[in-house]
Amino acid sequence: MKFLQSIFWLGLKEIASLRQDKVMLFLMTFAFTVFIYVPAKETGLEMRNAAIAVVDEDNSPLSRQLYTSLLPPYFQKPHIIQFNEIDKNMSQGIYTFVLLIPSKFSQNISHGNEANIQVYIDATAMSQAVIGLDYINQIITSEVTQFFNHEVSAQDLINLNIRVRFNENLYSSWFMSVNQFINVIGMLAIVLTGAALIREREHGTIEHLLVMPLTPAEIMLAKIWSNGLVIVLASLLSLKLIIGEALSIPIRGEIGLFIIGTCSYLFAVTSLGIFLGTVANSMPQLGLLFLPIVVVMNVLSGGITPLDNMPFAIQYLMKVFPSTHFVEFSSAVLFRQADLTVVWGSLLTIIVIGIIFFSVSLQRLRKTVGKNLS
Amino acid sequence: MDKPDEVVSVTQVTHHYKQQLALADISLSIEKGSIAGLIGPDGVGKSTLLSLIAGVKKIQHGEVHLFSQNIKLNHVRNQLCHRIAYMPQGLGKNLYATLSVYENLRFFSQLFGQNHQQRRQHIEELLAATGLAPFAKRPAGKLSGGMKQKLGLCCALIHDPDLLILDEPTTGVDPLSRLQFWELIKRIKARTPDMTILVATAYMEEAERYDSLAALYNGKILATGSPKALCQQTLTKNLDEAFKALQPEHTQQANLSIPPYQQNSKPVAIEASQLTKRFGDFTAVDQVNFRIYQGEIFGFLGSNGCGKTTTMKMLTGLLPPTEGKATLFGEPMNSRSLSHRKNIGFMSQNFSLYQELTVKQNLLLHARLFQLSHDETNRRIHELLSRMSLANVADELTVDLPLGIKQRLSLAVAIIHRPKILILDEPTSGVDPIARDQFWQLLAELSRKENVTIFISTHFMNEAERCDRISLMHAGKVLAAGTTEKLVSEKQASNLEAAFIQYLQESEQTEADQKTQLSISSRDTDSKQSPPTLKKHSQASLLSWQRLWAYAQRETMEIQRDPIRFLFALLGPIFLLVVMGYGISMDVNHMKYAVLDHDQTQYSRHYLEAFEGSKYFQQQLVVGNNQQAEHALTKGEIELVIEIPPQFGRQILKKESPEVGIWIDGAMPFRAETIRGYVQGVHQNYLQQLSKTSARQTYHQLKIEPRFRYNQSIESIYAIVPGVMATLLTFIPAMLMAVAVVREKELGSITNYYATPTTRLEFLWGKQLPYISLSFINFISLFLVTWLFFGVPVKGSFWLLVIGSGLYVVATTALGLLISTFTTTQVAALFGTLIITIIPSINFSGLISPVASLSGGASVMSTYFPAAYYLNITVGVFTKAATWADLKPNFLAIIGFFIVFTLLSALFLPKQEH
Repeated sequence: MKFLQSIFWLGLKEIASLRQDKVMLFLMTFAFTVFIYVPAKETGLEMRNAAIAVVDEDNSPLSRQLYTSLLPPYFQKPHIIQFNEIDKNMSQGIYTFVLLIPSKFSQNISHGNEANIQVYIDATAMSQAVIGLDYINQIITSEVTQFFNHEVSAQDLINLNIRVRFNENLYSSWFMSVNQFINVIGMLAIVLTGAALIREREHGTIEHLLVMPLTPAEIMLAKIWSNGLVIVLASLLSLKLIIGEALSIPIRGEIGLFIIGTCSYLFAVTSLGIFLGTVANSMPQLGLLFLPIVVVMNVLSGGITPLDNMPFAIQYLMKVFPSTHFVEFSSAVLFRQADLTVVWGSLLTIIVIGIIFFSVSLQRLRKTVGKNLS
Repeated sequence: MDKPDEVVSVTQVTHHYKQQLALADISLSIEKGSIAGLIGPDGVGKSTLLSLIAGVKKIQHGEVHLFSQNIKLNHVRNQLCHRIAYMPQGLGKNLYATLSVYENLRFFSQLFGQNHQQRRQHIEELLAATGLAPFAKRPAGKLSGGMKQKLGLCCALIHDPDLLILDEPTTGVDPLSRLQFWELIKRIKARTPDMTILVATAYMEEAERYDSLAALYNGKILATGSPKALCQQTLTKNLDEAFKALQPEHTQQANLSIPPYQQNSKPVAIEASQLTKRFGDFTAVDQVNFRIYQGEIFGFLGSNGCGKTTTMKMLTGLLPPTEGKATLFGEPMNSRSLSHRKNIGFMSQNFSLYQELTVKQNLLLHARLFQLSHDETNRRIHELLSRMSLANVADELTVDLPLGIKQRLSLAVAIIHRPKILILDEPTSGVDPIARDQFWQLLAELSRKENVTIFISTHFMNEAERCDRISLMHAGKVLAAGTTEKLVSEKQASNLEAAFIQYLQESEQTEADQKTQLSISSRDTDSKQSPPTLKKHSQASLLSWQRLWAYAQRETMEIQRDPIRFLFALLGPIFLLVVMGYGISMDVNHMKYAVLDHDQTQYSRHYLEAFEGSKYFQQQLVVGNNQQAEHALTKGEIELVIEIPPQFGRQILKKESPEVGIWIDGAMPFRAETIRGYVQGVHQNYLQQLSKTSARQTYHQLKIEPRFRYNQSIESIYAIVPGVMATLLTFIPAMLMAVAVVREKELGSITNYYATPTTRLEFLWGKQLPYISLSFINFISLFLVTWLFFGVPVKGSFWLLVIGSGLYVVATTALGLLISTFTTTQVAALFGTLIITIIPSINFSGLISPVASLSGGASVMSTYFPAAYYLNITVGVFTKAATWADLKPNFLAIIGFFIVFTLLSALFLPKQEH
């Protein structure tokens, strides 16, 4: 009883402190709005707006029809350039694709001779090179087929019915927003708790608390519940207003289950934040420590690139981070409408990692008690 | 008003901080060659007035003339910098803690344009005169308070100023060092009688030695005149009383009286025996013994950093002692014992209150944490609010309160649970004498009426005299203990201060400090010779390479001596490149799929073999029904399902065009899109093979030949790793740089930029230079990691990359400088830089999607941020074999960014504080 009371009152104090911390409040607002909205809205990982140029040496009705069929949203309006301009334009990154339609192309093809179209691709544009070629292939093939009204044969021998599940139209904003959302939760949990601890150490109030009849565990739990609660509320708001309204992304998974997962995750990452708060001796040091850890969590947790694509050592290492399991959990719940029977494994792992982080941080907190900062 | 002998003339100066009035219509004049003092407690406007006179702060209203010249004019102020020295408040605030004594002096000497020979001679003289010579190599941060102040004085005197402005130079310093400090000033004054000295102080005893005084209170001058005149005017014996008498009547109070302590065989409340604390090889507290009886007021008297705080922390259980033990009421101190803590009330040096809570909330929080019952809580809060005169501020935020009130609140919080022992660590520092008396009245009541044992530390003599017994502490040791009378009579001194000085001298004699004494006395004989004169460089030039170099040199040493920053700066980028190089991969292979074969004939197996044979696909499992397939897909075990319909084989034979179903997980759209492409490719291929074998050649001969340029194998690392390199060289230099300037603002050493003839560009470029070099080292290490570790070959010109990178880190450090000119805290600078740089450098630099495809806001962000241009250079040189002709526009853009950033920084970095 006494234990819970102390945690409750201390937690309320944390929330009051946070309310006065302008830098953190700004960071939080910014993170939950701009940090989610801008990348989701503006970063197309999908094939959009590819810059394309055409060298038309054939200059026939067919060749013109071919390149006018490359349409938005996949391609920008093709520019007509000369053969000798290809190199310079591509080196400067002005065009990602250049189509070379040779002279006598339409003549050859109508005579049934072999006719080649060359596609120059800037293969440093990783997000477009392969997919773009694929689109060009499809579009041109079907245009040529239509133009000659070919009797399509082998094409029909086996039909392919491709259905994309969970995100039928492959909107990359769905993926980006949720990915950023997960990153923001982790980042803020670490910064808020870490900064809350450093602030108390810098002001000397932590010593004050430890002179009172309070245990380090109570102090830690108070920070965890209060900062966790603030983040959960802010994230729900952001989920509703930014992801739901501003980006109009349908949220189809079970929100209740997602909240349970988020709370477990917050337990783990706020503990990590406290751990960093005991390692760093000042706010700037916390900032410098925080950066590499957050980048690792954001980049290697499987949100951007699946774990399977990484070297084995990194795959094993990343299992230790709660973010890896949370990425797995949230993409299953939010995208694939998974229920508890599917995600219980990752949920449990998050909680176990959380307990380990908590115990380690508690040890550190006890040790750093009284160490002089100023 | 132009008098020939007038050095400082202040006319009707008024200054506000936001709404708050700091100085109201002050006029003051100081004669050449005099020692003038500003007296008054903290927060009355002394520091504001001094910084206005020194030209460090911008004058809001009124005028200040120095040497009959108006310092409101910028060119006048720049010239006068050479004739003024300013030493701000706070122990060693304008010193650089990680630099040695000599390095600090060298830095200041360089700022004033002294040549090598002048400098050595002058520094040696100053070090000898102050007795710092034996410590020339010690970092300033490790000096004692007294030595720091001497070093501060040396730095101020390095350019032989005509006007020396000292802001509370001796606050918090032990009495012996204080004495030595003033003797030093006296000697310097004897050498250069024309030098005028303006001092602010809260020690009234010191002020008695000055030629003229101005007593300040609440931003107004109460009285001016010589110390004698002030005493006569108020009919008092000394300045302390004179000052009290000068104040408006409502603040005056009956004199403090503390009834004598009755020992009456009371039990021992606190006992320390052989208490010792070591931090590494530094002994903070050395075998301290004392015994404090219940209800006694026991004082610890000593300078800053002598071990008072550490001793107190051991008694509260915050720090475990290295050796020895402490007992409370006969029980050994146990840091984990919660019941012990209920007996202790603790008030620390910086009033550990929650600034973000109101007065009442602070009390309430502590009452709750001590588990007072509901009724008791209300009663105690009510009682304490009235007793500590806090009722009228009960609902105000603590952060806005004056020090005196914070102090009373802090005491209220410490005693809310009625502790038997009260431990107070310098509770009255920075509070004016009247508030201090009120505070002592409260302590006296607690001790005498409620029998609370009070253990208090202080560096004020007159406060120590009020204690029942005191302990004199110095350098971790207790020199003597007993009642004031006993200590004074033992040394046959006139007062406690004199006695303390004798104790200090005794202890110092025994240590190896004779060398210092010697050098001081030898200096005395020298001083009769004519003082060395220095040629003054009074013309202020726009850019002095010497000063610029001084800043660069100093910054370099500081970075080298801060391990966390240094390690982050060197290893951070390498670590991040490796992480991101592996992490951001757009290669799509090893796609795990499940097979749902309803047909199970040779035809279906033949079709599926086409997928098995592809290097992109990796069969994970074979499922029997739709649910299983669905489950595996939901769980994320596989990314696609290939479903062969029943009758597949038969339909092929009958040419009925069977339909193969492909389900793709769309959670990662980029991968899904690529998977779709690959599936179609495999399918097409299969059909072509089939049609060739069946020899039905009716299809036209269209062939689309892809020419993958620059990266034939289409592997992510060739594009991503050089791209990440560009991203890292954007935000890491900017972050390191941004912190560097704000640090000076936070620590206070930015004053040296305000008070010396440093120009904006000297300061900006001097600080930038080390970070440019550091970032260039980063570039080289990133280059090596990219080339050797990731195996990305350099196809273009290496030197083009080197030049481009050099220019680029110049531009990104300039961006950091710009950010740090308008932020005020290190945290804000760090996160501000992160926010400003991270989205444009990752999302809109071309790292993820090509810049040519961006539109709208993204395109704007990419155009007006330098990252995209540099990414063109790194990817261009590494992978595209781009030439100067290809990359020229990018180089020009980067140079343009550098110019714009620097101009803006210079615009936003004021030469004066506001």
